[in-house]
Amino acid sequence: MTKDLENPSTAVPVIEDRWATLRQFTDARIGLGRAGVSVPTQHQLAFQLAHAKAQDAVHQPLDVSQLVNRLIARSDFPQAEPICLHSAAPDRSVYLQRPDLGRQLDSDSARLLQDCRNAHSEEWDLALVIVDGLSAFAIEENALPFLDCLMPGLCSGADPWRVAPLCVVQQGRVAIGDAIGELLQARCALVLIGERPGLSSPDSMGLYLTWNPTVGKTDAHRNCISNIRPAGLKYEEASRRALYLLSEARVKKLSGIQLKDRTDGVVIGGSGQAPGE
Amino acid sequence: MTQKATYPFSHTVGGRTFGFQHLADLMAKATPARSGDRLAGIAAENAEERVVAQMTLADIPLKTFLQQPLVPYENDEVTRLILDEHDAGAFAPISHLTVGDFRNWLLSDLATTETLQQVQKGITPEMAAAVSKIMRNQDLILAAKKCRVTTAFRNTIGLPGHLSTRLQPNHPTDDATGIAASILDGLMYANGDAVIGINPATDNVAQVCRLLNMVADVISHYEIPTQSCVLTHVTNTLEAINQGTPVDLVFQSIAGTQAANASFGIDLALLAEAQSAALSLKRGTVGNNVMYFETGQGSALSANAHHGVDQQTCEARAYAVARKFSPLLVNTVVGFIGPEYLFNGKEIIRAGLEDHFCGKLLGIPMGCDVCYTNHADADQNDMDNLLTLLCVAGCTFVMGIPGSDDIMLNYQTTSFHDALYARRVLGLKPAPEFDAWLKRMDILRDNDQFQLNHEMSPRFRDSLKRLMGPA
Repeated sequence: MTKDLENPSTAVPVIEDRWATLRQFTDARIGLGRAGVSVPTQHQLAFQLAHAKAQDAVHQPLDVSQLVNRLIARSDFPQAEPICLHSAAPDRSVYLQRPDLGRQLDSDSARLLQDCRNAHSEEWDLALVIVDGLSAFAIEENALPFLDCLMPGLCSGADPWRVAPLCVVQQGRVAIGDAIGELLQARCALVLIGERPGLSSPDSMGLYLTWNPTVGKTDAHRNCISNIRPAGLKYEEASRRALYLLSEARVKKLSGIQLKDRTDGVVIGGSGQAPGE
Repeated sequence: MTQKATYPFSHTVGGRTFGFQHLADLMAKATPARSGDRLAGIAAENAEERVVAQMTLADIPLKTFLQQPLVPYENDEVTRLILDEHDAGAFAPISHLTVGDFRNWLLSDLATTETLQQVQKGITPEMAAAVSKIMRNQDLILAAKKCRVTTAFRNTIGLPGHLSTRLQPNHPTDDATGIAASILDGLMYANGDAVIGINPATDNVAQVCRLLNMVADVISHYEIPTQSCVLTHVTNTLEAINQGTPVDLVFQSIAGTQAANASFGIDLALLAEAQSAALSLKRGTVGNNVMYFETGQGSALSANAHHGVDQQTCEARAYAVARKFSPLLVNTVVGFIGPEYLFNGKEIIRAGLEDHFCGKLLGIPMGCDVCYTNHADADQNDMDNLLTLLCVAGCTFVMGIPGSDDIMLNYQTTSFHDALYARRVLGLKPAPEFDAWLKRMDILRDNDQFQLNHEMSPRFRDSLKRLMGPA
């Protein structure tokens, strides 16, 4: 290597790092080598691709009609057609700058939910709310396969959950689930939301559970299960934890910091800054 | 826009009179545009109102900020700190100036490194914030470059012509081998003289102690003239000190109002207790600056604790908190908080330069986490711009992370390579004690040209073998 550099005609401009083998111990971008002191082309472009995917995940709109068709095609999902809703943030630019608007429903959506509640006489235990959040990609990739794992557990057993018509929300933040749960008069809301994309995780979906959802609830009232994606928390495991939290919430009639996930493995936080925010 | 009679601050331009309700209103409307002030509903309504507010602000005497606190004295210990510790003697040479005159003075040849140091304790954060609002980016760079703030613990930070780096070896599960791999990578790229500082993924005392012991071992084994820090809550660090753990620096996030600090679970008394506990360990060899603070525009608003004050002024007030505890390092985590506070690269760059200028003017060792999240309208080119501008301005330190990618906090900051870029284009050296160590360890082969050795340092080759295990 050194010899090559001393001979300009055969010099290799990229100097590899001898410790690049340490990459087996971390996903950090170590041992990249260098051209002079700069990042070599190959790694520079790999970074740009990861950032491009993360940015696309933030800005590409949720394909609502395709998602709804896929939801309708599922036989074990609620009979009523999914309700398509929109937050008070009209577009992505406003959404990114006004988190408060992403937590509220627009007036048409509030009316749709009110009409839905009035048209049904039965009680609902659970509002399932699918929200684009900061990554529609995460929802398109993960919402269906996750629900495939979750629904059998919800609908079986001695005391099956009575699930309200599914809601699909565009330009929404986590707390919009509370507004929806309140209008549907559901006892519990479970929000599936696209999380803020990381450089190596543009497809990460989060779950947020609120018992007795009403407008004004804070993160302290919610339980969160984060990083649901094929390379992160698996659907089966996420579903197992969600079912545990749901059944505990129903017994204790609460959620948030007073409701601890005691399934084995990592303890899941009850409060704090939500990744979906 | 309204008649002069109804508002305490007003300005007439071309026959139109613009009025401002109070000093905080004037400050907010004079602030260069950013999303956080719009979110708070306190920004100027349009570009013209903003410039007229700046003209109005330029006519305000600096003394006004001593007479009209933006956050009430009775309700806020940060305001009390600012006013009670204001040095009237130091203020005397600039006490006759308006905000507009103050800008001229800062840019003039009257403001030398020495005179800036003399007036430092006479400048309040509000004065610094006010003048920054009417300064262009080049003004912020020029004035900051004249300020000198030097601190020390195991090395000397902030000397002219120097730039330090925090080695940030974060790992999503705090895996010891993963962290060690990133530390090795950083040291081989000549980073880590400001601090080797880990953000723990699991924030409890046992984990904090484990990480502190690990980094202390690395520093003592290789005799590195640097310091360690685990960026956990101050109460965790106090507990670690009580358990006899080797703590070099006490970390804490701070903000510019008492209520925002309360949302972080801290007050001034707690910071004083922590500083005194760290000092009692006497672990510094060339100095006694034992505190490391992080700040960032928007923190007071996100805690709903901003009292109607714009986010940049709240941020400058946090520097009064920092100044009280003689920190080794302070950095503004400028692009981390997200686009609802700083929307794009332009706003992030502006905020980074403002924060650096205000910090230096107030006499704190200001560094910057030159960074962005994936939902902000910013990219690597914006970071290159801000890094270069800050280094021209004499920024004390920046972050260094493998390949710009923090795999624990999920954001992008400056890389080990980036720091070497800045050294090469601007000739900026690391802290002198660390620079000598790099030579001793055969990491740099030419310290003046910032050339790394092609071959791995022999001492570290052995460590690499141990990390890889018996192959």
